[in-house]
Amino acid sequence: MMIQQQVVDAEYMLLQAEREKTFITGSEAVAEAVKRANVDMAVAYPITPQSESMHLIGELYAKGYLKDYYRGENEFAVMASIHGASLGGGRVFTATSGPGTLRAMEMFPVWAGSRQPIVCAFMCRGVSLPPSIQPENIEMSMLLDTGMLMFHAETAQDFFDMILKAYVIAEQPEVHLPVGVFADGFLVTHTRDQVKLPPENLKLPAYDPGCAPVPVFDMETPPMRITRDPLLNKSNFISYAANASWHQEILAAADRARKHIDRYLGGLLEVVNPNAKIFIVASGTAVSQSREALRHLEKEGIEAGLIKIKSIRPFPESELVKATANADLIVVPEFNAGGWLAREIKAVLDHNSRVVSGPRVFGGMTLPPELIAKEIKQRLYGGVNHVE
Amino acid sequence: MNKKISIRMSGLGGQGVVTAAHILGSAATEEGKNSTVNPFFGAEKRLAPAESYVRISDETIHERGEILFPDIIMIFHPHVITLGKCYTMPFFEGLQKDGIIIVNSDEPLMLQKDDLEKLAELNAKLYYIPATQLAIDVGGTDLSTNMSMLGGLLGVTKVVSYDALRDALAERFGGGKFVASATTAALDDALKGKYEKVAQLIEKNMEVVEQASKFVTEYKY
Repeated sequence: MMIQQQVVDAEYMLLQAEREKTFITGSEAVAEAVKRANVDMAVAYPITPQSESMHLIGELYAKGYLKDYYRGENEFAVMASIHGASLGGGRVFTATSGPGTLRAMEMFPVWAGSRQPIVCAFMCRGVSLPPSIQPENIEMSMLLDTGMLMFHAETAQDFFDMILKAYVIAEQPEVHLPVGVFADGFLVTHTRDQVKLPPENLKLPAYDPGCAPVPVFDMETPPMRITRDPLLNKSNFISYAANASWHQEILAAADRARKHIDRYLGGLLEVVNPNAKIFIVASGTAVSQSREALRHLEKEGIEAGLIKIKSIRPFPESELVKATANADLIVVPEFNAGGWLAREIKAVLDHNSRVVSGPRVFGGMTLPPELIAKEIKQRLYGGVNHVE
Repeated sequence: MNKKISIRMSGLGGQGVVTAAHILGSAATEEGKNSTVNPFFGAEKRLAPAESYVRISDETIHERGEILFPDIIMIFHPHVITLGKCYTMPFFEGLQKDGIIIVNSDEPLMLQKDDLEKLAELNAKLYYIPATQLAIDVGGTDLSTNMSMLGGLLGVTKVVSYDALRDALAERFGGGKFVASATTAALDDALKGKYEKVAQLIEKNMEVVEQASKFVTEYKY
């Protein structure tokens, strides 16, 4: 049964409460976050590697933590019904993976357009043929311009913290945008690791729909359907102008999220060894592999630094320019074939020939730290033909 | 133990390689070490290749995913070797010098000559254990094969203590809320029945572990 929970303010829950060490999977960490997030409603549709977390959230519903939970018809229906629940003033959660993300694609810009603070977890996996259920984060590149905020978790600990913090950031009146919290499937969801959790008898304050910068749907008072009709393009100047300025407002809202991301996530990026001339820049699990690669390089007397990008949208442009100002070499390892993170980085840095796009793995391959270290050594010593 | 130990468990879907890894990783954390555990399997289910990877270290462990350079390889089924049902070929690919291999098989497998030569070069220790037969004989079910494999591991090297393994088992099957017999007296009958079952399950599995640790034999080549 549900345990009695006490409402505490976000500052206490996220930054101050004493934490207890646990040994759990990323999927379990997701459920632990939802348990403490005072979520009203969740809708699920199973897909590997997301299924376990939404199953666990179903168990939270059975115990009484959520007011409603059900299985949708498919991912599009899930994202649409979550949108409706959010319009109605509820705090909502759902999650999906790879092909599920693509099936639901139409709804993500709609969430952002109607300014709903929906939090959705994405357990990234392969989307191509031949089919792969293995970790790959190419779907993130397809969501870069949906208007959602995007955080990329490195570990189960990150996944827990980012989901909980996503609600607090998303619901700031000056932000009020959906947040996608991404983690590489299996490498985070199915990996058992140490995660520090605040007490389970604490929860965030309930969502206050009155904080929304747009009128909430009032389901109690007729007429119930007060739509935001001006956003539907009519054939007149005002209508087009309203639509265009609304797009700008969504981008501006994402910009205004930066200070809240700084506050709660401790910055849009994290820098290890800031004085290095060689940097690995990565997000998600590639960061963990890179941390290990730094150990390999250090043993061989090569000094390198690491930049972990936590927030993909908004993207830490100025922070990245500053952190790499003295860098001669920037290596970007990724878990996808496209190399989208390297493209993002190249787009904001001067002298972007410093940026090496790779090494990259996909289709279920692992990303050995040795491979990242080798990429750096090749550039330093022998060009691409360097043999150890 | 100051170095990092990397263990690759290769088996067939349904044999419990994921659970075995989970219990071993939990046991290591019970002892205050760092551990990460992750599985690797495809969309197929029973009898398809399934692997899990356990890393144990005194230091923080960052790396995750497949273990390419294991210190210990545990083979849960002969088909991993004879039918190539694993993600690495040959089955000992990446094994570190002085590494350990434990194979679930009633008798030594007919390994290829060049494989045996390579294992000798690595100074690898190769052990066989009739893990499934032991699980049936001692535990009364082949479902305990993963437990006898863990027993075999402890018989060869003490990566974790028996006590830590017992605690990890209790946590896994008792939902983390398992209490020892002294406390069960206070519970009502229905609950007591349930806890007795869990207690029996744990004792039975520990018996498998302890028996199995005696039945692992080194192969001299």
